[in-house]
Parts: sequence; C-alpha cells; structure tokens
Amino acid sequence: MTVSASLLATAVVLCAVGGVLMLTRPLTRILLGAVILSNGVNLLILASTGAAGAAPLLYGVDLDLVTDPLPQAIALTAIVITLGTTAFLLSMAYRSHQITGTDEVHDDLEDRRIVLRAEVLGERAQLREAFRSGAEPTADERERYREERRRLRDRLRADRARQARGRDASGDLWNDVIGADPEDYERDGDAKADDRYPRDERGAAG
Amino acid sequence: MNALVPLPVLLPLCATGISLTFGTRMQRFQRFISVAVLTAVLGLSITLMIAADRQGPLSVHLGDFAPPLGITLVADRLSGLMLTVSSAVTLCVLIYSLGQGMTDRDRETPLAVFHPAYLILVAGVSCTFLAGDLVNLFVSFEIMLVASFVLLTLGGTGPRMRAGSTYVIISLVSSMLFLIAIAMTYAALGTVNFAQLAEGLPKLSIGVQTLIQAMLITVFAIKAAVFPLAAWLPDSYPTAPAPVTAVFAGLLTKVGVYCMMRTETLLFPGNRIGDLLMAVALASMVIGILGAVAQTDLKRLLSFTLISHIGFMVFGIGLATRDAYGGAIVYVVHHITVQTTLFLVAGLIERRGGTTELTRLGGLAKAAPVLALLFFVPAMNLAGIPPLSGFIGKLGLMRAGVADGSTWAWVLVAGSVVTSLLTLYVVAKVWNLAFWRAAPPGQAETGTVLESGDDSDDDIDEGPDGLPGTGDERVAPAPATAGGPVAAKLREKAVTTTSRLPWPMTAATAATVVLALAFTVFAGPLAAYTDRSAVELLERTPYIEEVLGR
Repeated sequence: MTVSASLLATAVVLCAVGGVLMLTRPLTRILLGAVILSNGVNLLILASTGAAGAAPLLYGVDLDLVTDPLPQAIALTAIVITLGTTAFLLSMAYRSHQITGTDEVHDDLEDRRIVLRAEVLGERAQLREAFRSGAEPTADERERYREERRRLRDRLRADRARQARGRDASGDLWNDVIGADPEDYERDGDAKADDRYPRDERGAAG
Repeated sequence: MNALVPLPVLLPLCATGISLTFGTRMQRFQRFISVAVLTAVLGLSITLMIAADRQGPLSVHLGDFAPPLGITLVADRLSGLMLTVSSAVTLCVLIYSLGQGMTDRDRETPLAVFHPAYLILVAGVSCTFLAGDLVNLFVSFEIMLVASFVLLTLGGTGPRMRAGSTYVIISLVSSMLFLIAIAMTYAALGTVNFAQLAEGLPKLSIGVQTLIQAMLITVFAIKAAVFPLAAWLPDSYPTAPAPVTAVFAGLLTKVGVYCMMRTETLLFPGNRIGDLLMAVALASMVIGILGAVAQTDLKRLLSFTLISHIGFMVFGIGLATRDAYGGAIVYVVHHITVQTTLFLVAGLIERRGGTTELTRLGGLAKAAPVLALLFFVPAMNLAGIPPLSGFIGKLGLMRAGVADGSTWAWVLVAGSVVTSLLTLYVVAKVWNLAFWRAAPPGQAETGTVLESGDDSDDDIDEGPDGLPGTGDERVAPAPATAGGPVAAKLREKAVTTTSRLPWPMTAATAATVVLALAFTVFAGPLAAYTDRSAVELLERTPYIEEVLGR
C-alpha cells in the first residue's frame, strides 16, 4: 500500500506535540494536548486507507476515483468521542480552578508520601547518629532530641493534611513535568500564609 | 434467539433516555426504570448464556451489512458468562446505591444524574462483552469511560476532581493508543472484524503481528491495571462514592482482562508473548499485594489487592492452555463478585464507623455483627481459603501451571502461593484492626448515633428533604420534622455515622456475598461451563464460522 508522506509526517508531528503537552501539569494544556494528539491520530487513521480492496458502497464507480470510506467513518466516530471527552475535561479544569485556584493535576499521593517518608527517615537517622555519638546526653539534650523528633513527626502529619486538601503544585514547569521536587515540601512546610493560591505565592518566591 | 443479542446494550440506552426525560420530576419512576431494566438485562444475559452454551456462538450483523462494513455483535460462552455476572453485580450495586440515598438526594448533585450515568455504564460494559470488531470495542470502551468519568467525579468535590483528572487523562491516552492500534490493523488488513482478522493476521509478517499484538495488549493492560500500568488505579478509585468504586473495581478492570482473553485467543493464538505476560503477572501479584500491606486506609488497601489479583488472571492468559483459561475464567467471575462485595462492605464500614482509616476503626465485630460477617466471608474468599470459590480459581490456575511445567510457570505458581498468603495477612490485618480489637478511645464519640429515632430510617421512600450520603461528605439522616438549625448543625459535621444501616444496602451486600458463595456451591457446573468456554476460545472455528456465516 502507499501512504502520503506529508499526511504521515503531519500525523507524527501532531502526535509528538500533543504527547509533550499532555506531560505538563495544567489541565488546560493537557486539554490542548489531547486535542492535538487526537487530530494526529485521526490523520493516522485516514492514512491507513490503503489497499483495502474495492470501494464497498459505490458499486460500479471507477476505483481510482473513490477512497475507502471505512477509515473516515472510524475517524468521524473518534472525532465525536474526543469532542465529548474534551468538553468534560474542560469542565473539569474549570471546576478544579474554582476549587483550588489552579487547574493543575496534583502529584500521586503515594509518590509524595514515599518521598517525604524517605526524607524524614533520613533526617531522623542523622539526628540519632548525632545524639548517640556524643557523650552521655544531659536531660536538656534529651529534651531537645525529643523535640526534634516531634518536629519531624509533625511535618509528616502536616504534609498528610495538605495532601488531603489536594494543594500541591510548584508552579515551576520543569518541576511539575519531571515530578515531585523535594524542595517543594520544605518551602511548603514553612508557608503558613494563604496557601489557597500556592502557585502565585511560590512563583514569587522562586 | 440471535435477535436478543443487541438487547443488553439497547435496553439500558433506551432507559437512559427515559430516565433523563423524567429524572428531575419523577424520581421514584426513575429508580423503578433503572431496577426494572437491569433486572431485564440480567434475565436476557442468562438466556443468552444458556443459548450460547447449547447452540454455539450467536451473532448479529447490525443493519445486515456483512462483516467488513457492518457492526457485528457476538455472544459466545465467555461473553454470556461475563454478561450474566456483570449484570447480576450491577443490579446489586444499584440496589445498594438506592439504599445509600446517593442517587437523587445528594445536595451536590443537583440533577438526578446518577441513574442515567449508571445505565450508560451498564450499556458500555455489555457492549464490550458483545463487540465483534475492534472499532465497536473502542466505541463501547468510550461509552463506558464517559459514564465512569461522570460517576467518578459525582458532586465535583475537591478530592474527586483531583482523582478524576488522573483517571480521565490516563483513559484519554489509552483511547489514543487504541485508535493507533486500530489504524495500524486497518492499514495492514483492511478490516477490523475479529473473525476476519483471525483469518488474515497469520498471513502477515511476524513483526507486524507482534506490533499489533503489543499495542492491543498495552491498551487492555492499562484498562485492566496490570502492574507497570496500574499506578493510576489506587489514586483514583478510593475517592469515589462506595457503590461507584465497587462497580468500577468489579467490572472496569475485568473488561480489560476479558479483552485480553478475547484478542489473545482469537487473533494471536500462537502465544508469542506468554513469557512477557507471565512476568507482568508476577510483578502485578507481588508488588500489588505488597502495596496493600503498606496501606492503612481500607479503600486504598482494597485497590491494591485488586491490582494484585488481576495478576492471577493474566497468569492464566499467559499460560494459554485449556486448563489455564478455564481457571482464569473462574477467577474472573469470582473476583468480579468478591471485589465488588468488599468495596460495598467498605462503604458500609464508612457509614457505620465514620471512616475507612483502619487506625481509627475498632470494635466493629461487637458493634455490628452482621457487618462483620459480611466482611469476613468475602475477605476469606479473596484470600482463597479452601471451600470458597477463590480457592477453586487459584487451584485451577496452579494446576494448569504445574501441568505446563516450564520454569516461568513454576515461578508463577510459587508467586501465587506467596500472594495468597499475603492476601490472607492483609485481610486478617483489616479484620483485627477494624473488627476484632476493642474500640479505640474516641470511637464512642465518632460512632455516636445521630439518627433521630423517627421515620428517618426507611431511606427509600423519603421525601426530597432527606439528607444525602456520599463519599466524604456524609451526613446522618436528619429528622424530617427538625427545624433549620438542627439540620444545619448536622450538616456541619464532616463525618457522622448511623447505627442502623439502611436495609437495602445490607441486603444488596448480602446478595453479592451469596452470589460468591453460589460459585462455591455450584463449583462443578461452573467449572464445566468455564472449561467448555476455554475449549471454545482455543478452538476459534465456531466463532469465526458463525460471524462469517459459513
């Protein structure tokens, strides 16, 4: 079968652009990515109109003049479905913006929990080492040690509560594309101010 | 008899239209329509199952267009069984949700949107089981997905939007992959009909065949939440309302497994990627259950056991012998009911104990003995304790593995034993924490009975004043006569509980428990049926001949 090279090249470029956009955080960009990607895929379906045999619906027509209608039907179905999904995604982005002030997709809870846990465990190990390696601890030192451990525990709890509220987006595109950046947690831990708009606040900070 | 094949799809779709038309005004009529249609679909499915068993596959060409053009619906033994189990489960879940009162009295869902969405979900699932070509399969996936988007984000609260966005994006990506796979298949063969593909694919070069197979398997593995592609599941399911999570966990992942079975047997009978499937099956089983061990929230824990147990079915598909497929089909059927039941029970626990966080629950065995029984039986069933159906499915799979005798098969058998033991550990942990130990301090307070004592308990026939109960913003039934301040005060409490569970919820959960037990009691006929299905799947010719009309 023969395929138009320009059709295929356009499809590849659209798919690539759409794919990259879908890897970002904001839902609106993902939405645009989905639209572009679906157009690329539809072109791919049209490109698959190849040696599919005789034109089935138009009997007696010169075969050079018609293309196979089935891929067009498939592409049409796909367009309609993408339209519906896109509308839904758009309303989700809007709703998300209403609720959290951003339209970003948040981190996987599990990822964040594991990263944070690893960090806290590391800090605790350091703390314990420092505490044990010194001479016999005084009551004051012991108290400080306990205080420090309590602080770590509180951090875990605070983060869990923040996760529950679902506000976690750094505003830095690269951080957001690549994944959770440990620095975000630290900055967040201190931020007591209005965190309804974490993106603006941290955008200003960073 | 063939004319009955499209009905499990058409009936719910028509009912959706009726439901949407009358939904906002006549809510009782809407509920009646849903229950009636799902009952009818259950009856139809049983009829189709028996007919497909007696006469071989049944097929319909819609609009009487022959295969390369038209849409084909096919019901064979496997689809008949899946349809029957899925419609039984969806009916039970519908009754449960009626009991929960989430359907039309949720103050965050202004329109009575639950019933139409649920019916469309049922139509999509049925259509997937009946689809006879790739494009129709894609469309039915999308029907199912769009309905599930709506159900998952019902009410539009913060956590649900967060969970929903992941789910929607993952679904979009897998749909795009599916479309690419369809385009490639069409470019290679000029048809998307399963029967014609089955005849045409062997003529292609090995590379093209493997490419198409890999694309399709990837798409279905995302749907089925097989391990490396399962990360979206535990994050998106637990926030939805209990009945929604239950029906998702029970059906949506199994749809992926069903499609894997169908394509692997019909289109790619050589079992070229059996070893790969077994490797991901092992990873799913072990890593999934280790994830469950680490969780303290009941719903998340159950989501991880779901991922883990998908591994058993993929194991069967990877082995691809007659016994393995038989075992895998038994396991699919068993797991649909058991996983649904467990999520329904999690909803009941949430209603009774105010939370699903295991560290805050306790003493439920004494406080709610019926609930304890309803949890204990399916939990043991999930772990595969001998007389129950989970054991039968696991035993069938392990026997097939031993009979296969290759190294991978033995590794997988060992892996499934370890997974079963860890599952037992996990459910025992839940049992100990939530049911067996004494109630933790403070439990008495959160477990306070906030019901008012009068008519607030019979949930179904209450007026529109009754209060809702979904997911995280649950509010106890308030007295219908109470003035504004009391109701407002009750609404302010984030989570409150009732001591008396609405009877439809308990009854529906009990019905799914009984259904799972029925698989144990009628294990002989079930195993014989699944064996015949496996034979039919591997033989392929009855299906192809029926569709192509030879």
